[in-house]
Amino acid sequence: MNTPHPMTGRQRVRAALAHREADRVPLDFGSTGVTGMHVTCVAALRQHYGLPEHPVTVIEPYQMLGEVEPDLRDALGIDTASVLPPSTLFGFRNERWKEWRAPWGQELLVPGDFVTTPASDGGWHIYPGGDTSASASGHLPATGYFFDTIIRQEPLDEDHLKLEDNLEEFGPISEGDVAHFCSGVAAAAATGKAVVATLGGTAFGDIALVPAPFLKRPRGIRDVEEWYVSIAERPAFVRSIFAKQCEIGLANLAKIAAAVGDQIDVVFLCGTDFGTQISQFCSVQTFREVYQPFYRAVNEWVHQHTTWKTLKHSCGAVRPLIPELIASGFDILNPVQCSATGMEAAGLKKDFGGQITFWGGGVDTQKTLPFGSPAQVRAEVLSRCEIFSRGGGFVFNSIHNLQARTPADNLAAMFDALAEFNGRPRPQ
Amino acid sequence: MNGMNEAHPLTQAIVAGRRKEVAGLVQQCLAAGESARDIVENRLLPGMMAVGEKFKCNEIFVPDMLIAGRAMKEALAVLEPLLVIAGVKPEHRAVIGTVQGDLHDIGKNLVAMMWKGANFDVVDLGANVSPSAFVEAVQKHQPRLVGLSTLLTTTMPAMRDTVRIIRKAGLAVKVMIGGAPITQEFASEIGADGYAPDAGTAADAARALLQSKA
Repeated sequence: MNTPHPMTGRQRVRAALAHREADRVPLDFGSTGVTGMHVTCVAALRQHYGLPEHPVTVIEPYQMLGEVEPDLRDALGIDTASVLPPSTLFGFRNERWKEWRAPWGQELLVPGDFVTTPASDGGWHIYPGGDTSASASGHLPATGYFFDTIIRQEPLDEDHLKLEDNLEEFGPISEGDVAHFCSGVAAAAATGKAVVATLGGTAFGDIALVPAPFLKRPRGIRDVEEWYVSIAERPAFVRSIFAKQCEIGLANLAKIAAAVGDQIDVVFLCGTDFGTQISQFCSVQTFREVYQPFYRAVNEWVHQHTTWKTLKHSCGAVRPLIPELIASGFDILNPVQCSATGMEAAGLKKDFGGQITFWGGGVDTQKTLPFGSPAQVRAEVLSRCEIFSRGGGFVFNSIHNLQARTPADNLAAMFDALAEFNGRPRPQ
Repeated sequence: MNGMNEAHPLTQAIVAGRRKEVAGLVQQCLAAGESARDIVENRLLPGMMAVGEKFKCNEIFVPDMLIAGRAMKEALAVLEPLLVIAGVKPEHRAVIGTVQGDLHDIGKNLVAMMWKGANFDVVDLGANVSPSAFVEAVQKHQPRLVGLSTLLTTTMPAMRDTVRIIRKAGLAVKVMIGGAPITQEFASEIGADGYAPDAGTAADAARALLQSKA
């Protein structure tokens, strides 16, 4: 369905979200912390396409995601523009940029409060809010490419758990942060691309956030295992945390919505993973009892008060939960891990393609993209586009962020194959 | 195990993860004249085997498995001193860890738990473990089995290196690998002896591996 004038990125994404085919398959990279590129991939692509080489800006230090700058965005034909929260997962703001040399030798730009100290294994520690007087909350192993959270679990008195301890990170949004979103959304909207915003506060039990690497002295249930145990042993307590979080989150969304209006196309609401490679983290029944009421509340609010579409991220084998996510009101599922049990692309499209947009699933990042050949990458991309793009409801993205050190030839093969499917010239 | 309702109350408490009941039930078994070894073999092991089966069949999930593991720990806390006094040792010893560069340990912890539940003496080296640390641990603890875990694709090469260095050191030990990006194909490619797709399967796979002649 070629139109005489190419659609804008925003039109293209909106068509996909309305389950209509656009002039080409819309493309996202870099709009969120789950659809991005590792800094090494950004550098590799810039070099591959002959763009000026300079230190890549780290927009998300936890996974070391790099900024997809406008020139790279245009070279690749990306249809989205990103609005990220003012603070990173480590609680410091994305500002006052400085140079930092990564252990793998790459020169990067990081925020001023990205403060590291050597760890005993030869790697690096990073601190909440950049405060080295607090205990380190992140660790980059000497041979690693990402930070991981350091669990700082204080002794837990399980008979006297306090709700407020697990709610410290949730509070009314500041005027400054509303202003940040206002200017961010306006700038993103001005690009003509689809505005994808991560507003924060509505991720219920995201295991990356539970340890609170942004807090200087987190209290409550902060250990990953203890959190999962709590789902089984203390579901009422977890529900109470979510209920209060939901109340605060909705009030904050109302303030942001009042300020930015309908310029946002997609809001990334929650990144809680419900899938492992072969199974789920909870039963359908537990999902309905513990999570669904709050997802429903947030989705209903967004749909009643805005034109935004809502995105849910969950890795893994979540097929049994997809009907529940749809019933919860989510418009979009990411990253569509087709390699996980039960997540075959054709089956997902057939059974759920009319009810939810697949944002991802374009190519596997566990095997094909990092370890396959360019020919294998091409074949998989063409196949996924063929399956997912019919009738709209598909935004191309790899299955989760592009991982560190993915070969440049494979990255190029992915973009070339997408262009081939779209009947367009390859990116130059 | 079929008919969990007919199982011993201690076995049922393990499967359901009712850890606060476990110590009392163990004491009841001891008072009834069961030896610590009998309790491990006839009450705990069937419970953890049932947990593994239910996990494989998607009847229970990671949180349920974790609370079962905690219940088992409560039982072992009572029983281990008695096992030491009686001179009873687990049949096999295993060393386990997440490979260098990777700090994720939930999957590794679940496998360690299931191996303990299968009556293995498990030495857990933690996460981000260098190949040389694995070799040193094998030399020190003399296990029959080493388990390597990874979640990240970027640390799959570290898994390959670890297997290579263990082999180069000439250690008579079986190597089993697992983790989200790992497949049987990759296990064969890097020369690992075994692979398990999940923690439920890991206990059976480990037992089978140690019984095999190859």
